[in-house]
Amino acid sequence: MSSPARRVPRAARALLVAAGPLASVALALGAGALFILAIGEHPLQIYGLLFRQSLGTGYGLGQSLFKATPLIFTGLAVSLGFRAGLFNIGAEGQLTLGGFAAALVGAGLAGWPAPLLLPLCVLAAALAGGLWGGIPGALKARLGSHEVINTIMLNFIAFALVSWWGHRVFQPATVRTATIGAGAHLARLDALAPALRGSPANLALALGLIAALAVGAFLFRSRRGYELRAVGLAPGAAEYGGISIGANQALALVLSGALAGLGGVNFVNGYKHFFEQGFAGGAGFIGIAVALLGRNHPIGVVAAALFFGVLGYGGLVINARVPKELVEILQALVILIAIVVQQVIDRMLRRLP
Amino acid sequence: MSEALLFLAAALRISVPYTLAALGASINERGGVINIALEGMMLHGALAYTLGAFWTGSAWAGVAAAVLAGALTGALHALVTVRFRADQITSGLGINLLAAGLTKFVLKAVFGSSSNSSRVVGLPEWHVPGLSDLPALGPVLSSPLVLLTIALVLAGHWLLFRSVFGLRLRSIGERPAAAATLGLSVPLYRTLGLLISGALAGLAGAWLASEQHSFTDGMTGGRGYIAIAAMIVGKWSPLGAAAACLLFGAAEALQIALQGSAFPNELLQMLPYLVTMLALAGFIGRAVAPAAIGVPYDPEEHA
Repeated sequence: MSSPARRVPRAARALLVAAGPLASVALALGAGALFILAIGEHPLQIYGLLFRQSLGTGYGLGQSLFKATPLIFTGLAVSLGFRAGLFNIGAEGQLTLGGFAAALVGAGLAGWPAPLLLPLCVLAAALAGGLWGGIPGALKARLGSHEVINTIMLNFIAFALVSWWGHRVFQPATVRTATIGAGAHLARLDALAPALRGSPANLALALGLIAALAVGAFLFRSRRGYELRAVGLAPGAAEYGGISIGANQALALVLSGALAGLGGVNFVNGYKHFFEQGFAGGAGFIGIAVALLGRNHPIGVVAAALFFGVLGYGGLVINARVPKELVEILQALVILIAIVVQQVIDRMLRRLP
Repeated sequence: MSEALLFLAAALRISVPYTLAALGASINERGGVINIALEGMMLHGALAYTLGAFWTGSAWAGVAAAVLAGALTGALHALVTVRFRADQITSGLGINLLAAGLTKFVLKAVFGSSSNSSRVVGLPEWHVPGLSDLPALGPVLSSPLVLLTIALVLAGHWLLFRSVFGLRLRSIGERPAAAATLGLSVPLYRTLGLLISGALAGLAGAWLASEQHSFTDGMTGGRGYIAIAAMIVGKWSPLGAAAACLLFGAAEALQIALQGSAFPNELLQMLPYLVTMLALAGFIGRAVAPAAIGVPYDPEEHA
């Protein structure tokens, strides 16, 4: 992906890397304007309202950060898979199971003290997601079966599994678990930054940023990460160099699943303090858009997650004037336009001397 | 005996949308393009049926609109993946997200609700001498779309494996460069495959909306993904896919039959997905995709 860009100087390269995503966002907003016009509203007014409300007020910013948090995790998850040449479409299921596991541990051991309980919840979320990512990982490594189809199938299996297990653990006549113990709560950010008052943003955001740093260090500073990227870029050459393709593919999907699973603590430990069916709300799929727009780099992923977080909350703000589904349309357009724009840019670069 | 027939009738009815969508995917994927977009094509088809039937009062106008909307969605997938050679899986997912948002957006704009449309007409029943009078199976075989689906599966199988078009399409899915050397246009055949697939998935959407007499938000409920599963289990062949759809339809009919019993329904819900994973892993025969699937065809690479 970066090979054609290597021939140009460093500064120009950074610009080129960002040019595709920025152009894609601009084009998507432009296409979205047509939908706003079709409803009989004024695009600039609507976009102005959207961005002012979701960035300009403390509460709005907090809401945007809250919406961005799971996307950081799922974006990292999808991008880590991409780095190994694998497409993890299962982040939605992994996120769901991660949240479910965190809630089961947090409620089951409700009386435990925070220094024990909180790490256990986080661990449970990562383990559940990692396990769910490990299944397609092992199938890919051992049998070569396609991870795309397997991760799609495992999403649905995860949803059914949670429903089934839910008969035992859901509160009567609901689709939510019992409340987790106080020791499992992640503090709200408004306790530290009063300006965010009332917004659900919480320390899961900090966990997400730490995860981004860790993924960056792993990918670009560790030997394992190098091997993983080598398998993604040129599996044949990597294997010739003594790197196991299968082991790295399995590892990539385990880590990818674990990252997505961790995202569950944002809702469960940081916000509602219970698991509720459907809480993932598509964050696993938007993670694909985040990874694409972030060009599979942790810094890019965080930036893209913030952008989609802003859109996510902004949709609710404009809902009185334009259906909030405009945001879903924008997210989809960003995906479709980004992959086309990237193709066009790559092709232009290949033609450069 | 008649209970078994009633069960078969229920399974057949449930399997109609799966079969139509899986049939289309078997055809277009044989040309080498992955089609994860079935869900979105179906959703567009369902909304278009509802709008067509709502505005004209005619179910058949709804069907025509659904087929058109599905084909247009296929054209979008072709534009992104064939014309611009972008990643096929990502494009499919993007189209599904687009359909989820767009259908709700239009629903709100036209019907003032993002959850459901007004009531529209459904397709009429036909009295087919012989078929309609069969015990248990009569009613389902009186439905024009059920009959059409059966005919389309047979026609699709013939198209793919007995016609010149099918031979060419399959050769493009296996060795696009070789096919291009013989003078075949890879983009043209792949686009045609996607148009056919989109039209059929749109028809599947029409069936759903016609049965329900309305459009509801997200009404395809993952059926597009089950159709992909059926296509894989059926090994990219229309007849195989149709058989897999009937199996999945039977699993769903069983869920309905067992509702309220102690048997956990969720386990039956998982069945299509588990069977697909087993088929992919090689435990149920081998499900092998066309050789060039997922690879954008770039003539410059073969120049």
